[in-house]
Amino acid sequence: MSASSPATPLSQISAGRKRRDSIMRGSLLVGTGIALVPLILVIYYLIDKGISAWTSSGFFTTDPTGSFFGDPGGIRSAIFGTLEIVALASLIAIPCGIAVALYLTEYGKEHWFANLVRYFVDVMTGVPSVVFGLFIYIVLVVSHTGGSGFAGWKGALALALLMLPIVIRSSEVVLLLVPSSLREAALALGAPRWRIIWKVVLPTARSGLVTGSLLAVARGMGETAPLLFTVSFATALTGNINGLMNSLPLEIYTDITNPRDAIVARAWGAALTLVALVLILNVVARLISRRSSMT
Amino acid sequence: MEANVTTATGVSSRFERTPGGRLPDQVLRVGLTTLAVLILGLIAYFFVRLIGQSSDALNKFGLSFIFGNDWDISRSIYHGAPLVIGTLITSAIALIIGVPVAVATALYLTELCPRRARAPLGMLVDLLAAVPSVVYGLWGVFVLGPKLVPAEKWFANTFSFIPFIGGGGSSITAPNYFIAGLILAIMILPIVSAISREVLATVPAENKEAALALGATRWEMIRMAVLPYARPGITGGAMLGLGRAIGETIAVVLVIGNAATIGHHLFTQGYSLAAVIANEFSEAANQPLHSSALFAAGLVLFVLTLLVNIIARWFVRRGTRGMRAPEGGAGEAASGSVATAGRA
Repeated sequence: MSASSPATPLSQISAGRKRRDSIMRGSLLVGTGIALVPLILVIYYLIDKGISAWTSSGFFTTDPTGSFFGDPGGIRSAIFGTLEIVALASLIAIPCGIAVALYLTEYGKEHWFANLVRYFVDVMTGVPSVVFGLFIYIVLVVSHTGGSGFAGWKGALALALLMLPIVIRSSEVVLLLVPSSLREAALALGAPRWRIIWKVVLPTARSGLVTGSLLAVARGMGETAPLLFTVSFATALTGNINGLMNSLPLEIYTDITNPRDAIVARAWGAALTLVALVLILNVVARLISRRSSMT
Repeated sequence: MEANVTTATGVSSRFERTPGGRLPDQVLRVGLTTLAVLILGLIAYFFVRLIGQSSDALNKFGLSFIFGNDWDISRSIYHGAPLVIGTLITSAIALIIGVPVAVATALYLTELCPRRARAPLGMLVDLLAAVPSVVYGLWGVFVLGPKLVPAEKWFANTFSFIPFIGGGGSSITAPNYFIAGLILAIMILPIVSAISREVLATVPAENKEAALALGATRWEMIRMAVLPYARPGITGGAMLGLGRAIGETIAVVLVIGNAATIGHHLFTQGYSLAAVIANEFSEAANQPLHSSALFAAGLVLFVLTLLVNIIARWFVRRGTRGMRAPEGGAGEAASGSVATAGRA
């Protein structure tokens, strides 16, 4: 280019085009800045208002008292409730999700039924979480299945339904990345399909599967609407998943509408706790996926 | 299946498996297929039950459940136009604000950003999706709402000649359509941006280099080579964001005001299909018609998001796969991660 430029100069970029270029580049940069403003503001206010709640006495070690006057109590039962419900939901959604993804990549492939499953899983990711809550409410809560109306395990089922498509989709992507030469090598050695899946496909894809699952868990952890219709709300710490339970999202939701400042402060503290849990899961998931992409 | 190949060629019968040896394989195959069938069946079953539960309200009110403007619990009349219109207004605000910002972010990150800053910036935008909706609601109620009202008042007074915007003036209070729309804009931003980035990454470098070689500036390259190629995918991403905005419940119920009337300007209190379910659900538990009306609202929501998602998928698929047949495998992976990006 440098050789040809003195002889036949390329047409100069006019000042107008240059100006337009820099204006548009500038506005794209500004747009990116605007996108980050809400994140910074949300995190700032969470830390600003949440830390003071965290440092108040007994915030993590007492349960909400549920009374309007006096000490509002802490969020211990909410933290444990969320952990119990999400753990149960993960126990259902992750194995089922990975199994369906295995069906899609190892057996279904381009069969019409596999494509149908793929399509509905895609569409399921867009179904609002409130609808999953309503499903479980209609099928399990109204009928008092298991002896009680609202119950922790029903909330876990609703969350599992919500997490399932995320697990399936992310697992399928990862399983597709397992080189088919590995499968063929194992087949050539005479290994049956199930051993190939167990000994070759799953171990190869492990870190990707963990990443996708963790992101799904993080997603389920923050959901409020499905729990509202399935678990309802309780203040006491309980290990009984067949009854009402407390959870962080519902603790926040009920505290927001309370006119008392001390209880609103607890909502901020609980929100900071919830966001911290979700962010930790996100960061761990990303670290795992980064490590695997380097090796 | 493949194991049969060796026996078919008759190399050695040693490789042939006994019927007992093939059993685990058959079981696994059938089991996994059954699981997939079950999950589809489960969704269908839920859908049927939802229709069954909402039939009371739908039979009683018919089309006026969607088009009638009278949602009055005390008189047991459930005409849901205020909800439908509230959902549409807030989603429209979310799209108008959220999509340009999201696309600008995606363009900046894929085309202009220094390579080293790309991953961290992208991760920050993705983190917006990690914040739970109830936390956005909390923030909207106690921070965004009170801070935004003076600006809304000023705006409504200054531009009072524009229909739907002017009018309210000094009567504007904190929960209103616009605050709900703005919160939704923030919530759909990461999804639209993630899918746009995914789609923009599939624009062939040849197209961009050709534009630059012809003397285009960076912006002209984006406008002439990148955007036309990525438009279907970006449209699909925006529609997935729309689906998200329509279905968002908890953040909206906290900041929309929950007034079952059609607001006559942008800064009035309103309601939405999702918000009504969350807000009136507990008081409706003992009134069959009321709860049936709420289930019907859920059904409308379900069908609406389903349609939006189906159309969106079609666009995204066309955007990431249709245009470059030779790289089918890569396209498959890209559209797969697009699907997960929405929830990640």
